[in-house]
Amino acid sequence: MIEKTDRIRGKVYVLGDNVDTDLIIPAEYLNLVPTIPEEYRKLGAHALSGLPDSYPPFVLPGAFQSEYRIIIAGRNFGCGSSREHAPIALGAAGVQAVVTESYARIFFRNTMATGEFYPFESVENLTGLFKTGDEAEIDISRAAISNLTSERTFALRPLGAVAEVIEAGGLFGYARKTGMIAGGVKRENNAHVK
Amino acid sequence: MPSTITEKILARAAGSSRVAPGDNIWVNVDILLTHDVCGPGTIGIFKREFGKTAKVWDPDRVVIIPDHYIFTADEKAHRNVDILRDFVKEQGMRYFYEPDTLNYKGVCHVALPEEGHVRPGEVIFGTDSHTCTHGALGAFATGIGNTDAAFILGTGRLLIKVPPTLRFNLNGAKPEYVTAKDMILRIIGDIGVDGATYCAMEFCGEAVTALNIDERMTLCNMAVEAGAKNGIIEPDEKTIDYVRARTKLAFEPVYGDRDAQPARAWDYDVSTFEPCVAEPHLPSNFALARERRHIKLDRAYIGSCTGGKLSDFIMAARLLKGRKVSIPTFLVPATTEVAEKLITETVDGKVLVEIFAEAGCLDIAPPSCAACLGGPVDTFGRTQDKEVVISTTNRNFVGRMGSKDAPIYLASPLTVAASAITGRITDPREFM
Repeated sequence: MIEKTDRIRGKVYVLGDNVDTDLIIPAEYLNLVPTIPEEYRKLGAHALSGLPDSYPPFVLPGAFQSEYRIIIAGRNFGCGSSREHAPIALGAAGVQAVVTESYARIFFRNTMATGEFYPFESVENLTGLFKTGDEAEIDISRAAISNLTSERTFALRPLGAVAEVIEAGGLFGYARKTGMIAGGVKRENNAHVK
Repeated sequence: MPSTITEKILARAAGSSRVAPGDNIWVNVDILLTHDVCGPGTIGIFKREFGKTAKVWDPDRVVIIPDHYIFTADEKAHRNVDILRDFVKEQGMRYFYEPDTLNYKGVCHVALPEEGHVRPGEVIFGTDSHTCTHGALGAFATGIGNTDAAFILGTGRLLIKVPPTLRFNLNGAKPEYVTAKDMILRIIGDIGVDGATYCAMEFCGEAVTALNIDERMTLCNMAVEAGAKNGIIEPDEKTIDYVRARTKLAFEPVYGDRDAQPARAWDYDVSTFEPCVAEPHLPSNFALARERRHIKLDRAYIGSCTGGKLSDFIMAARLLKGRKVSIPTFLVPATTEVAEKLITETVDGKVLVEIFAEAGCLDIAPPSCAACLGGPVDTFGRTQDKEVVISTTNRNFVGRMGSKDAPIYLASPLTVAASAITGRITDPREFM
């Protein structure tokens, strides 16, 4: 989970298209329950451990957090499973923003619901314009990301209503903050049960 | 203004006369499904947000089907089932298909319709991406995460956006060597793994209505692999017969308006389709089975919500009868009901389990998700090294079945059975 901020600055980790949930958090770690604090931490330790061994480790062995704060990726980020463990693992590992060309539906919804990081969409595909290890800074109000290593700036799509939900800590945080907790009334009749 | 079946179901669930794609609406939930991997996290959020002693909105509308990590020594997996059991007891829920009891069923997306929880016209959310399977029975069904599910537990409602409909007209007479799996792999191959993102995939046409319910479920099951929000098939007599045989609860099917226009439509002549595979490492990596005859395999796997239903095993048995497999062949029936039918159903007078045993398949495993998604290291069928696998399952991402070095080819039960015989990717026509 992250604090409200105007800027996000840190090292970048670059991935390609179709980064699926099995890469983000392999199924063998799904026995961890995210609402148990010790297991939430452990999910962070295994974030992106599904990547082939040719990739630099996202989290170093023995660590619980990554040195990379920002992930840059291509299309369809988070495709595959509905496991909420996926955005949670990234957030637990210390990711503050993902900047990708497009998201898979459930993953985007889960990121918003948990408020674990800012889910940005880039206007163009940035995977060729950043290298893993580059330093970057995201200006949230300007909706822009700067590659401090190459000194180039790129546009992001504005987050719109999603920003407030993330800043409030996710769906429930937002609902409480705006006084709308529990979006409705209990069903009046259970007519279907005879 | 004519509406599609998805729009009409959602309109009814939202108490609206009409909804349009792009509308953000609150829908009443008919069924919430969860299992052992996502249930505990969902319960944790529910208690945290609604209170330790909070009661769910309607205990009869929550269905808990443990299936993912069941036959394992993993302690946390057992702990997670304990968490579910405690919650069920506390809430007075009646639909809990508990492991180690006679009530255990197995794979949630096969058990849910088997147990009568899927009814046309209803709205189903599940903490599993393959919840889209249930559109096969004319319901709106989609996967969500723990937080959304916890929200539903407390309120019985969810805020969603109405998806645009993509229509896939599948016409022509399906050849006997072509299955629903070949049909959906062809579609995903054509539109890509994000070709249907946020959309409803509607499957129509004579080739769809000719499918039995199992095959319709296979079609809708993989809609999520194209990024879809839901997959759906208009209910007909087959649907009603299936559902009436399994539940006494009242239901009212919803039908799309005949002249409702989808956002986009594709037309296919299924009589031209051929058996295919999805090559590593994306479900959209389409190739014809007959053009991959040179690929050597180490393992065949028949199981999962996608390819472990009774019809899938009957198809495999037709090919394996009187023949022998040349590679280790793993069989995992999706549910206890499927497992029981393997002992009673026959192909040409021979019982399925005998066909598989005589063919040299490994002993049939107890029903669960097993190796479809790898799982704990002691999971039946989990890859450990560089095994090249052909499988009736739904995903072939790197490491999906356990080992990062084990490539996976997705295929129909006919193609998997044919390939198990030769030890290479094989078009089932070689044996038909």
